[in-house]
Amino acid sequence: MKSRKLAGMSPVIPIFLCLIIAIILPLIFKSDLLLSILCEIGIMAIFALSYNMLLGQTGLLSFGHAVYYGIGAFGTIHTLNILKHHSFISISMLPLIGGLTALLLAIIFGFVSTKKSGTTFSMITLGLGEMVHSCSVLIPDFFGGEGGISGNRMIMKPDVFGISYGPQIQFYFLVLVWLIISAFFMFFITKTPLGKMANAVRDNHERAEFIGYNPQKVRFYMTVLSGFFAGISGGLTALNYEIVTAETLNAGTSGIVLLMSFVGGIGSFFGPIIGAVVITMMKIFVGGLSKAWLLYLGILFITMVLFIPGGIAGILKSQSILWSKVSPLKLIPKYLISCIPIICASLGVILVIEMTYVFLGNDTNVSQAHLMIAGLTINTSNIFPWIASVGAIVIGKKLFELYWHYSWVPLFDILDKP
Amino acid sequence: MIDKDPYTGKHILEIRDLKKNFGNTEIIRGVNLSLNTGERHAIIGPNGAGKSTFFHLISARIQPSSGDVIFKDQSVSHLKSFEINRMGLSRSFQVTNIFHRMSVAENIRCSLLWSYGYKYSFFKFVDHLKEVNLKCEEILELIGLTARKETIASELSYAEQRSLEIGITVCGGADLILLDEPTAGMSNIETEFAIDLIKKVTKNKTLLMVEHDMSVVFKLADRISVLVYGQIIATGTPDEIHHNPLVREAYLGTHADAIA
Repeated sequence: MKSRKLAGMSPVIPIFLCLIIAIILPLIFKSDLLLSILCEIGIMAIFALSYNMLLGQTGLLSFGHAVYYGIGAFGTIHTLNILKHHSFISISMLPLIGGLTALLLAIIFGFVSTKKSGTTFSMITLGLGEMVHSCSVLIPDFFGGEGGISGNRMIMKPDVFGISYGPQIQFYFLVLVWLIISAFFMFFITKTPLGKMANAVRDNHERAEFIGYNPQKVRFYMTVLSGFFAGISGGLTALNYEIVTAETLNAGTSGIVLLMSFVGGIGSFFGPIIGAVVITMMKIFVGGLSKAWLLYLGILFITMVLFIPGGIAGILKSQSILWSKVSPLKLIPKYLISCIPIICASLGVILVIEMTYVFLGNDTNVSQAHLMIAGLTINTSNIFPWIASVGAIVIGKKLFELYWHYSWVPLFDILDKP
Repeated sequence: MIDKDPYTGKHILEIRDLKKNFGNTEIIRGVNLSLNTGERHAIIGPNGAGKSTFFHLISARIQPSSGDVIFKDQSVSHLKSFEINRMGLSRSFQVTNIFHRMSVAENIRCSLLWSYGYKYSFFKFVDHLKEVNLKCEEILELIGLTARKETIASELSYAEQRSLEIGITVCGGADLILLDEPTAGMSNIETEFAIDLIKKVTKNKTLLMVEHDMSVVFKLADRISVLVYGQIIATGTPDEIHHNPLVREAYLGTHADAIA
């Protein structure tokens, strides 16, 4: 990527705009669905940012990050239940308890996992994650068994400002405040000696040793700090749903946060937030439309890994570099034309997934193997819809490649010329 | 910069009967070497003589089978690489070893952090560390990469990457600098620049270098040791080495045996 030499647009203005939207949106549209989506997004954004401290900044691929998230959630809900109304700390500070619980666990687990980097690290985190998950079955008193642990956030005394966090909108702003605080500190860490050395260890841990640093310690501190912020998001999730089940710390949750960070873009600090927004929206909207939404998520992830390793943030970055040289208005036709092959291929993908789902789900009774989609009835036992949809994918991909090659590549070439 | 007293002893580095074998294969077969403080010492030898292994042993990248490395009157053969580095021994690598996804300036700044005592701090802005940033500018000027400081290290040309590597190696303020083939693969002009650079950065320091290019060795080194088949067969001034019959034999006569 030669384009990295050129500075992209400063992220300050977009962040400010996003913040204003995040504040205004729930005030204008008083919808419960919107509020719960926004809460979920805010919580997952903290979680994904903390994950990227490891993956993007230190180069550590963790398969067990949900352990810290989950333990933070359990720590918070237990504290809530123990303290109840005679509490000396207010509910708005409870996520901090989650963070500290996770920090303690991260000190123990990090000591083991950060002995090695690379594949070994990933394997250890996978093992630790499974270990904690199996503990959730073995120790039902703490992890609540199948029913989970529930609590009531209303039970505590109102805050200093008289906020009870009963209404969801009050809680949403608590999430937002925690997101801003956490994001600020995580961003701050990237600018400190530890943050810089995390990048150095990611790039070349051997060289880091020969400039006086113990790479193991750098990995350890980053794991502990990352665990702390994951715990904060876990604490918020406990207060949000007022119930914590063992699902919060299983491999599935670890997988989702990896997906969020990667789809959003691990190369950029704010990328994981974009990933949290996209995947949470997908979960709710695609999940509402199709039972096969996890398949869509999988395909999105594979597409990103194969073709767009920089994630959505990577696309935005390269486009914003372009905008500094070419007027964005002039690019609108290009964007629209680019959308055609993408829509074509996406339709093909949707059809293949839905047809597969119907076909496999009903394969004992072929006569019922009909897919009802957008007012159409498609017979999935017929070969032609399959050919058509696979054809749409292939043609869409080919067209996009051609358009990219003849229309976008020359534009980027202009940028590389001084 | 934390002012470390410069080492004043006679021999900054002493290697005593150092041996290394991988399985049954002996690579280093008992090396003895004393490095005078402040000298520029070159190690030459045919391919496969064990020069790089020798470097790895001194810098504790690999552990010796037996023998001792004494740095500043202290045995360091049981220490980790980063501990030896903190004592004031810094090295470069034969294969360019830089932080390739970070900018040139970041590369240098990171290499300065430990020597300024910032360790694993996560509550100080690196941008606000004045003395680090000043020193960084100074080093960039020295290695001739000021104009390229915002460039991602992997996008530098090969010779620029080698300069950066030298910058990373010396900027921590080490007293003993180990350079592993600093001019390998360079054009004549680039080599000239590299020689000047090495002369500049190793002023008042001790240099131990492995080098293939004899003209570089003769321009730079005060003393030369010849490593053949895991043993040092001669040590002396460039002139002495040039006229040493053993060395001539090793390079011309029994060259093939030395590789085997």
